[in-house]
Amino acid sequence: MAATMTEFQPETEAELAGLIREAGAQGGGFAIRGGGTRAGLAAEGAARLSTVGLSGISLYEPGALTLVVRAGTPLAEVEAALASEGQVLPFEPWDARALTGRTGTPTIGGVVATNASGPRRIQAGACRDSMIGIRFVDGTGAVVKNGGRVMKNVTGLDLVKLLAGSHGTLGVITEVAFKLLPGPAATASVVFDGLSAEEAVGAMTAALGTPFQVSAAAHLPAGAGEASATLLRLEGLAGSVAYRSGELARALRRFGMARVVEGPGDWPAIRDAARLGGSDGAVWRISAKPTDGARVAARLGPAEVMLDWGGGLIWALAPEDFDLRAALGGVPGHATLVRAGAEARARWGVFHPEPPPVAAIAAGLRARFDPKGVLNPGLMAPHDPVPA
Amino acid sequence: MQMPDPDPAILARKEAIVAKLKSILPEDAVISDPAEVKVYECDALTAYRCPPLAVVLPASTEEVAAVLRLCHGEHVPVVPRGSGTSLAGGALPTADCVVLGVARLTAVLETDYENRFIRLQTGRTNLSVTGAVEDEDFFYAPDPSSQLACAIAGNIGMNSGGAHCLKYGVTTNNLLGVTMVLMDGTVVELGGAHLDAAGYDLLGVICGSEGQLGVVTEAVLRILRKPEGARPVLMGFGSNEVAGACVRDIIKAGVLPVAIEFMDRPCIRACEDFAHAGYPDVEALLIVEVEGSEAEIAEQLAKITEIARSHDPLELRESRSAAESALIWKGRKAAFGAMGQINDYICLDGTIPVSALPEVLRRIGEMTAGYGLGVANVFHAGDGNMHPLILYNANAPGELEKAEALGADILTLCVEVGGCLTGEHGVGVEKRDLMAVQYAPEDIEAQLRVKDVFDPDWLLNPAKVFPLESSKARRAA
Repeated sequence: MAATMTEFQPETEAELAGLIREAGAQGGGFAIRGGGTRAGLAAEGAARLSTVGLSGISLYEPGALTLVVRAGTPLAEVEAALASEGQVLPFEPWDARALTGRTGTPTIGGVVATNASGPRRIQAGACRDSMIGIRFVDGTGAVVKNGGRVMKNVTGLDLVKLLAGSHGTLGVITEVAFKLLPGPAATASVVFDGLSAEEAVGAMTAALGTPFQVSAAAHLPAGAGEASATLLRLEGLAGSVAYRSGELARALRRFGMARVVEGPGDWPAIRDAARLGGSDGAVWRISAKPTDGARVAARLGPAEVMLDWGGGLIWALAPEDFDLRAALGGVPGHATLVRAGAEARARWGVFHPEPPPVAAIAAGLRARFDPKGVLNPGLMAPHDPVPA
Repeated sequence: MQMPDPDPAILARKEAIVAKLKSILPEDAVISDPAEVKVYECDALTAYRCPPLAVVLPASTEEVAAVLRLCHGEHVPVVPRGSGTSLAGGALPTADCVVLGVARLTAVLETDYENRFIRLQTGRTNLSVTGAVEDEDFFYAPDPSSQLACAIAGNIGMNSGGAHCLKYGVTTNNLLGVTMVLMDGTVVELGGAHLDAAGYDLLGVICGSEGQLGVVTEAVLRILRKPEGARPVLMGFGSNEVAGACVRDIIKAGVLPVAIEFMDRPCIRACEDFAHAGYPDVEALLIVEVEGSEAEIAEQLAKITEIARSHDPLELRESRSAAESALIWKGRKAAFGAMGQINDYICLDGTIPVSALPEVLRRIGEMTAGYGLGVANVFHAGDGNMHPLILYNANAPGELEKAEALGADILTLCVEVGGCLTGEHGVGVEKRDLMAVQYAPEDIEAQLRVKDVFDPDWLLNPAKVFPLESSKARRAA
C-alpha cells in the first residue's frame, strides 16, 4: 500500500476493506476520492482514501458492447480503449476540470460516484442507465457485488443505481460494468443564432419532438461580442446525419435560418460548461422540467446561465452570496452546488434538500450501509442552511 | 416450493380484518368470499396457487395508503398485484395476506408532449400507454410480450423489458418518477418531469424491487416520438454458432438495430406450424429490425445484410412492405402461444454475455437430452436475454419436477458463463432459492438491508426474491 501524506491508496479490494474496518473500529473516517477533480463535491477534514490504486480494465468485449473496469482507472484510458473499437460510454461524462481548475486525472469511479452525465443524457440516459454491474466495499468493510456484466438483469434489488451518484457515502466503488454504444460515424449540429432563452427552449422542445433523434440540445446565451447560439446535435451513419440535419432545419424554419456545422463542434466545451470556468463565483447545476428552463434562467437574476438537455439542465454561475435555491421559488427540480468556496458550501449546502420522508429513507440507507460513519462523513447529510 | 406457514392468529381474525378493510374502502373494493378470492390465487406461474385472506381494489393513492396503514397496524402481510401476468410468481399470495390489486387505478393524469412524459396511475396496461399518446405520434418504449394485459405497476415492479430495449432500454431507463406508498402508509414522491435524482437514486432501487419496498400508485413515464419507419430483415443460418457470430458482428459494426431476435429450429418449426409466417427450414433464424426514414433504413440494412452475407446465410429476406414486415414478426410474436399449443412449458429468462451464445445453446441441448425433455429457444439476442422454453407434459407424474430441475441447471449455466438468473421476468418465488447461485451471502445481505429501511416489519410481498433462509430471522422478528 502506498500512502502519501494522509492519503491511502489501497491496491486491492481486500486492502481497502481492511482500511475501512480499521477506521470503523477506531472511530475514524475517510474522504473518498478518485482523481480529485470534483473536489467541491468531496468530504473535508477526514483522511483521504483514493481509489487510484485500483486501476485497469478487467474485461472489454466490443462484440457484446460490454466493459468492466476498476474504479481508479483514468477516464481518458477508458475512452481511449473504447475509441480503438469505435465505441463510447453512452452518457458522455463531463470533465469537471474546466470548472474547478483542478489538475488531477478524472477516474471512472469518480464519474460513477457523481453520476456525471453530459449532453447525450437526453437520448442515451444518465451514467446510471449505462451501468450494469458494480462492486463496492461498504462502511462495514463488506465486499458487495450487484448486477453483473449483461445488459438485462433484474435479479434482486438494483443496488447498481443506488450506488451511482451516492458520492461514496454508501460504499467505496471498486469496479463497474457498463453497456456501451457504437460511436457515431458522423456528427453534425444544426445551429440557430441569436435566439432568446425562451425562443431557444421552444426550438429545442420542437426538435426533441421530431423523429430525427436529436442527441443533444443546448443554448449558449449571448456573450462578449457574440450572439447566442442554440445547438441541436445529430449523430449516426453519414447519410442519415445529412438527411436528418436537413429535415430538422426545415422543420424548425419558424425559428430562423439554421447553420449546419459538421463534426463534433463545440460539444466538449458545452459538456464541461467550460465558459463558466475561470471566473469567480459559485457554479450550480440545476435539473428542471425542460420547458421550465427559460423561466428558471430568468429568475436567476445576477447569474450567468447556459442550458443543456433541451432546457432541462441549467448551469448557473452566480455570486457566492446569491441564494439560488430560494430564487428558484418552488420550480420542481433540484440544484447542486458544483463549485464554491467553503463558506458558500457551508451556507447553502451542496445538495438539494429532500422532503422529510425521502430524507428519512436516505438516512436509513446510510445508517445501514455505513453504520459507523466512515465514508465521507458530513457529505450528502441533511443540511441546515447557515444564516449569513 | 416452500412457503412460510400462514399466521394462525391472522387467519382467526379474518372477519375482523375484512370488516376494517370495508370500513375504509367502498363495499365493492373488498373481496373476501372464498370462491371470489380464488381468482387471485396465482399469477401466470400457474403451477403455484394459494387463495389469499382477502383482496382489495383501491381506486386512489389515498385508498392504497389507508389499506397499507391498516394492514401495518394489524401486522397483516400485503401482496401487491398488477395484472397478474408474472411468470415468476411475483404476485403469488399467502393464505394470511391481503392482495392489493391496482386494477382500478387506470387514469391518465397528465400528458405533456413538449416535455415528453405521461403521468398516470399504475393499473393502466402497458399497451394502453402507447394507446394514449399515439395520436400525436408518440409511444412508450418498453414492450414486454404481455403488453396487452400487463400493468405498469407490474412493469415497474419487475423492471420489464421487451423486444425493443436494445435501443430504448428497459423500464428503469424510461421511468422518470413515481408516487409510492410505504407499508406504514407514508406517501413518497420521487422524481418527476426533471431528470435524475437530487440525492440517492431511490427511483432506481424501486424499479425492479418486485413489490418489496412499497406500492407504486402513480408513475411519470418517458414517451418518445415515433420513428419515421421501421423495417425488419429475416436471416436463416445453418447453425446456432453462425447465427451467434452474425449477431456479434452486427453489434461490433456500429449499427444499433432496435431489435435482434433469435429462434432455434424447434421454435421456428412450432411458430411456423402455428402462424404460417413463411419461415425457412433452417437451424437458426434472426429477425433484425432497424428504424428511420426510407433512406436511413436502406443505409443501415445495407450494412447489416453485408455482414449477414459474410456468414453464408441460407435465407436473407428484407421486408418490402408493411404486410411483409408483419409476416416476419408474426411468427416470433406467436412463439409462446405456439409452444403452448403443442406442449406445457416453463419459460426461462436467463441472460448471458452475447459472446457465450453458441456455447450456451450447445450445452442446453446436451442437458435437455440428459433429462429426456425438449427445449425451444427464442430470445432477444442483441442483449443476451434468453427465453428457453422447456417442454413437458403436466399430466405425466414427475415431469414438472424434472422440467424445473432442468430449468435450474440452465439458469445456473447462465450464471456460470457470466450472466444472470433473470433478464426481465424477475425472481419472484420461482428463482428465489437460486439467488445464492448468483450472489454471495454479503451481496444478499446488502439487499436485505434496503428492504429493512423501506419495510422494517417485512410485511410486503412475503417470501419472494430473497432465499427463505437468508430472510428467516428478519421475517420472524
